[in-house]
Amino acid sequence: MTALKLTDVCKTFGTTEVLKNISLEVEDGEFVVFVGPSGCGKSTLLRVIAGLEDATSGAVEIAGDRVNNVAPAKRGIAMVFQSYALYPHLNVRDNMALALKQANESNSTIDERVTEASRMLSLDDYLTRRPAELSGGQRQRVAIGRAVVRHPKLFLFDEPLSNLDAALRMNTRMEIASLHRSLETSMVYVTHDQTEAMTLADKIVVLRDGRVEQIGAPMELYNNPANKFVAGFLGAPSMNFINAAGAVELGIRPENLNLSESGQLQGQVIHVEKLGGDTNIVVTLTTGETVTCRLFGQHDHRVGEQVTLGFDMNRAYLFDASGERIEPS
Amino acid sequence: MSTATARSNLGNTIAAHAILITWTVIALFPVFVILINSLKTRKAIFREPLALPNAESFSLVGYQTVAKQGDFFLYFQNSMIVTVVSLTFILLFGAMAAFALSEYRFRGNSLMGLYLALGIMIPIRIGTVAILEMMVATGLVNTLTALILVYTAQGLPLAVFILSEFMRQVSEDLKNAGRIDGLSEYAIFFRLVLPLVRPAMATVAVFNMIPIWNDLWFPLILAPGEETKTLTLGSQVFIGQFVTDWNAVLSALSLAILPALVLYLIFSRQLIRGITSGAVK
Ligand SMILES: Nc1ncnc2c1ncn2[C@@H]1O[C@H](COP(=O)(O)OP(=O)(O)OP(=O)(O)O)[C@@H](O)[C@H]1O
Ligand SMILES: [Mg+2]
Repeated sequence: MTALKLTDVCKTFGTTEVLKNISLEVEDGEFVVFVGPSGCGKSTLLRVIAGLEDATSGAVEIAGDRVNNVAPAKRGIAMVFQSYALYPHLNVRDNMALALKQANESNSTIDERVTEASRMLSLDDYLTRRPAELSGGQRQRVAIGRAVVRHPKLFLFDEPLSNLDAALRMNTRMEIASLHRSLETSMVYVTHDQTEAMTLADKIVVLRDGRVEQIGAPMELYNNPANKFVAGFLGAPSMNFINAAGAVELGIRPENLNLSESGQLQGQVIHVEKLGGDTNIVVTLTTGETVTCRLFGQHDHRVGEQVTLGFDMNRAYLFDASGERIEPS
Repeated sequence: MSTATARSNLGNTIAAHAILITWTVIALFPVFVILINSLKTRKAIFREPLALPNAESFSLVGYQTVAKQGDFFLYFQNSMIVTVVSLTFILLFGAMAAFALSEYRFRGNSLMGLYLALGIMIPIRIGTVAILEMMVATGLVNTLTALILVYTAQGLPLAVFILSEFMRQVSEDLKNAGRIDGLSEYAIFFRLVLPLVRPAMATVAVFNMIPIWNDLWFPLILAPGEETKTLTLGSQVFIGQFVTDWNAVLSALSLAILPALVLYLIFSRQLIRGITSGAVK
């Protein structure tokens, strides 16, 4: 069964088209990540799914039912917001219980579900605290707990980690992944961070300017991008683009460039990043283009040094003038 | 280093307190003069206006006059009813209109906001004649309802303007979380948004309270009857064209300060609690 199905969803604010003919499906139990640059319409799409905005046209189906005219609370979804959006006047327990109370669940069900969620997210010690008395990470866990207690058919996450620091982000990412494994509920997760997308997703939806650019499993998109935008968006450091003959552009991933005396590209090192495990060197080519080369392990290179870079043509991608991929024949 | 900071801190503290105390003394001086003189004989008021009442000059004659003359308790009650009910309406309807303007996209939204804001710039007294005609036509002359309606209309523009500005700053995500959790729009308004704009509500209340309490114009024109006199209007009987009963005027004024003070204390406590309560994030 499909947990979520969007058919030709459009959204306009006044005269600006924010979403243009979005069609996609989320299978039962699937973890789908919407990724794209800032302002491409990810949050708007999530809000349309949640029912916080009405779609201008198109159909939204959740678990097989058309929900275009169903109120957010009745759609069987739960949402986690970037700013946590906890109720400031309620303690942690009441924050989690509110939705169940509104749905007239019995006290024993409410207790049971809150206890279950608080155990799952290690919130037992904080149940009587107000949001103002919690750290950022704890607040985000409460926000997730508030979603979990509802036993929704579909979870919606809008950039839930972007207010957390790097270490906490990694931890919470793992927590969300394990939550998904244990609940086996479908999740839609919005982020502009391609690392989050690659590490969490069963399926990635790449959006640009309100359009779907490509849908697929992370490695499928990484290895087989449909166009220059997807190729450049996924992967860090991002893909190098070099002008080849005519209007054709050559795309090479940084890890596929290597230092070799017999290489095709000459240039000067302008920056070196030593990360311990990897070394990234940024090189300005004689043609004026700048490329990044990712070397495994630790290497000694100096800024100003002349280097020769080589690559395997089988590992390169070709893009035409409009950015579409030219498939090797 | 640390002693230097401590010293400059101490200097700052002293300077700040000196300024604040000076200001407080200046602001409270008229009130103080009214209070002490209301407790003195008429002669003592004119001989030494700034002296504290002593055994010789102490007198409650002003308060006795006030208690005897007219129905001061009724005037009190009228002023209280008019002020409290008007403030309630201003805050309730002002907040509701502000919520609609800040939260919902509808045709004519900004036009409506502009129209409501226009009332801030046009003094309501310009319309006195028309208002009086309207009150006569509806038979509301000499009722407290007339005053309440006028004061509510007078207070709404600024209330809507200030509150909608504050409501725009309430987190969109918080309201949406409420919607997803099944709260109705009313519950979102009353339970999520209003508590968060409480400082703004208190500000609006304080700004509106004093002019309503002190107003002489509309009570004189719309409700001069004995039954509906407000305190300010009632006190006027002691101010004559030729003789003024200063003992009674000062006593009436002293009494009039009290309820306003109580209301102010209630709102200012709200104001401070609002400021210090936990933020959303
Ligand atoms: N209420 C609105 N009225 C008009 N335009 C809007 C409205 N909400 C969003 N937009 C526009 O829609 C576009 C998409 O916004 P959206 O918030 O969905 O972006 P996003 O992909 O979530 O970006 P980010 O990564 O920065 O959160 C933006 O250009 C924004 O200006
Ligand atoms: Mg967004």
